Amino acid sequence: MDMPIPDAGIIARKAQIVALLKQVLPADAVIHEPHETKAYECDALTAYRCPPLCVVLPSSTEQVAAVLRLCHQQGVPVVPRGSGTSLAGGALPTADCVVLGVARMNDVIETDYDNRFIRVQTGRTNLSVTGAVEEDGFFYAPDPSSQLACAIAGNIAMNSGGAHCLKYGVTTNNLLGVTMVLMDGTVVDIGGAHLDAGGLDLLGVICGSEGQLGVVTEATLRILPKPEGARPVLIGFDSNEVAGACVSDIIKAGVLPVAIEFMDRPCIRATEAFAHAGYPDCEALLIIEVEGSEAEIAEQLAVISDIARRHNPVELRESQSAEQSAAIWKGRKSAFGAMGQINDYMCLDGTIPVTALPHVLRRIGEMSKEYGLDVGNVFHAGDGNMHPLILFDANKPGDLEKCESFGADILRLCVEVGGCLTGEHGVGIEKRDLMVNQYDPVDLEVQLRVKDVFDPKWLLNPAKVFPLASSQARRAA
Amino acid sequence: MLTPRDEADLAEAVRGAEGPLWIEGGGTRGPVRATNGTRLSVAGLTGITLYEPGALTLVARAGTPLAEVEAALAVENQRLPFEPMDHRGLLGSRGEPTIGGMVAANVSGPRRIQAGACRDSLIGVRFVDGRGDVVKNGGRVMKNVTGYDLVKLMAGSFGTLGVLSEVAFKVLPRTAVQHTLGVIVTDDAGNASQNIGRAIAALSAVLGSPFDVSGAAINKDGNAFVRVEGFAASVEYRVAQLKSLLGRFGAVRGLAGEASEALWRKIRDVGALHGTDHDVWRISVKPGDGAAVAARLAGAELLFDWGGGLIWAGVAAGSDVRGALAGISGHATLVRAAPETHAALGTFQPEQAPLAALTAGLRAQFDPRGILNPGRMG
Repeated sequence: MDMPIPDAGIIARKAQIVALLKQVLPADAVIHEPHETKAYECDALTAYRCPPLCVVLPSSTEQVAAVLRLCHQQGVPVVPRGSGTSLAGGALPTADCVVLGVARMNDVIETDYDNRFIRVQTGRTNLSVTGAVEEDGFFYAPDPSSQLACAIAGNIAMNSGGAHCLKYGVTTNNLLGVTMVLMDGTVVDIGGAHLDAGGLDLLGVICGSEGQLGVVTEATLRILPKPEGARPVLIGFDSNEVAGACVSDIIKAGVLPVAIEFMDRPCIRATEAFAHAGYPDCEALLIIEVEGSEAEIAEQLAVISDIARRHNPVELRESQSAEQSAAIWKGRKSAFGAMGQINDYMCLDGTIPVTALPHVLRRIGEMSKEYGLDVGNVFHAGDGNMHPLILFDANKPGDLEKCESFGADILRLCVEVGGCLTGEHGVGIEKRDLMVNQYDPVDLEVQLRVKDVFDPKWLLNPAKVFPLASSQARRAA
Repeated sequence: MLTPRDEADLAEAVRGAEGPLWIEGGGTRGPVRATNGTRLSVAGLTGITLYEPGALTLVARAGTPLAEVEAALAVENQRLPFEPMDHRGLLGSRGEPTIGGMVAANVSGPRRIQAGACRDSLIGVRFVDGRGDVVKNGGRVMKNVTGYDLVKLMAGSFGTLGVLSEVAFKVLPRTAVQHTLGVIVTDDAGNASQNIGRAIAALSAVLGSPFDVSGAAINKDGNAFVRVEGFAASVEYRVAQLKSLLGRFGAVRGLAGEASEALWRKIRDVGALHGTDHDVWRISVKPGDGAAVAARLAGAELLFDWGGGLIWAGVAAGSDVRGALAGISGHATLVRAAPETHAALGTFQPEQAPLAALTAGLRAQFDPRGILNPGRMG
């Protein structure tokens, strides 16, 4: 993975830049000793790390504006950081950058149940947004699996999804307004508590822009009343094709489950060995969850089970209680941990049309043999978002490179069948150079021009999202 | 008038344009023509190019009649989730609404509160920008964070950033049954504004409940309507629960089947203001500000949707609604008025300076010659 050559002039001015930052921030909000900045050298894509010039931890929109204004004047790149849980290297520093962490900004600013929104500072974690409203019967819908740790700032930057987005949508569908600081220090307010922001949909383009257009410091989020209950059904099949056809039939029948999770045999075996959830040893497993009152749940599960039976499942287990529900989810929720027990793994995130599922799984199986690397598949089947987990040994020379090459082939396959490189993790540095597989030069150029408008000097998170060659001229200007 | 027959033709037409273009799909959504540019109709780019019911995905060329898309979906018992409004009755316009025009105006109806807006179901676009380049963004899968989301940016951009040539949607199953509860809202004072506050409180009560309401509106008499959809037993259960929640706000009556559907079509299309002499404004605020809006606009015909947050106001011709609402957070759009009123008051709410600068910057990048619907969005 190439990164741009850091600007030696900036690195030489480190002491001066730190001193200037200390003029606009409290002393404890500027971190610059190498042993202190170590924690900020990488995010959850731990294969890549780089010590930043320094780290700042502002505690207000005004402080963020002061930092950005200063860095803008000084021509210093800024890498925004939420909680550092990006799997795509979205918060990976460069040696000449200031990391701007929003972790100290985690207050709830306003909670309004009559109008069903919450306004928070964006350093607040995803789960603690729900935590602030759940006693009153509400929740914040997007639920990335890192929700215990990940910050709303990062959720907005990456347009994070989750297991329940088939029904509730992803971050962009639940974001009503933001306060954002542009790279030159200008503070803008977009949207609010009303359902549609006026003018061009700037909120739509900011969400998912990977911290390249501005630093979002406050967000107004839609909250929803909690459903009365939820229960899953577990269905095992002896072929991926049949499991895929079953998903398709369920969707066509008019049922809209909140989650349809799919696991293939390698993943089932790994999780079973690890978590002993009592899963059947079969080719494909579906976990389908529905919500509502007891009677509504029963009605929906009956429709789903009827359809599933027509596909001759090897196992069909409707949860009858909270304990059984937990048991059904136990394996799925420990899938990543289970794969991690076996070896190091790389988690991919491509999306495919759900109709292409059997073909894609067959091809991944073939490639797995060619590369000599095992892969397990966990999959949000309702929306086509795949999570192939490729196993490799980080200590074995060449294995990481082989794994990356395998991963790139899988992502190219996703694009080839009509899908995309990333469904919810973001491009970051990880998939930056694959963008040319999904987009023509003109498609990318239009996106680069959007960044030109928000950040003409290309100082915000500049080496991400776009292939380095396509952004080179702008970064160098 | 330019009438390209395919995307390449369209790109050629934009590239070769020597002055402003006035872009239209079916021409049903107005407003008055604000420029003397050359008309460019995308109505010739038609056809559903992909429909996979099992994947809940439909892709169509921008000029495809909305009715054709809805008919194709109905065959598979599916629908566009966001219940797009038909503007013809309100604006007195003729012609055939197109799927591209609907996207360009980001048109959503009552179900927006539950299923999201048009922009939330839109998953991919192809368009020709002001340079004449064909650009694609998003795709045909519903979860996609690959690069910047220009899909949302294009929705509601009214042709000012590019001319849409193809749009892709996530669709949803049509629900089996729907039922509506109407509440004759009563209070002691009999004051109209307070009545609205009480009707909005009734809607807030149901929207804060777990009973999955898909419509929450108030008619011009201040009565509240609440819709639920789904499987029969589920609808029956939720109707019973909602009835008991709504009882304290007034007498509750039920409406089922075609009567319920007809009611929501009327709400969706702002039927109560069809053919009147009023100027019509569309106001977006948080629901709790609905009563304040009503108080400022005394004498106006007011219809509320989206739990009270979407307000259709019929006012005396030339009235400055935006001025009357100063200080209330949100925005007001002039939807039906004489050309002079559009010119004097502006169709869209002016933006704060830093936002206006970003908007101008984007338009300059997408359309450096300033030929795409100049004047349409101010």
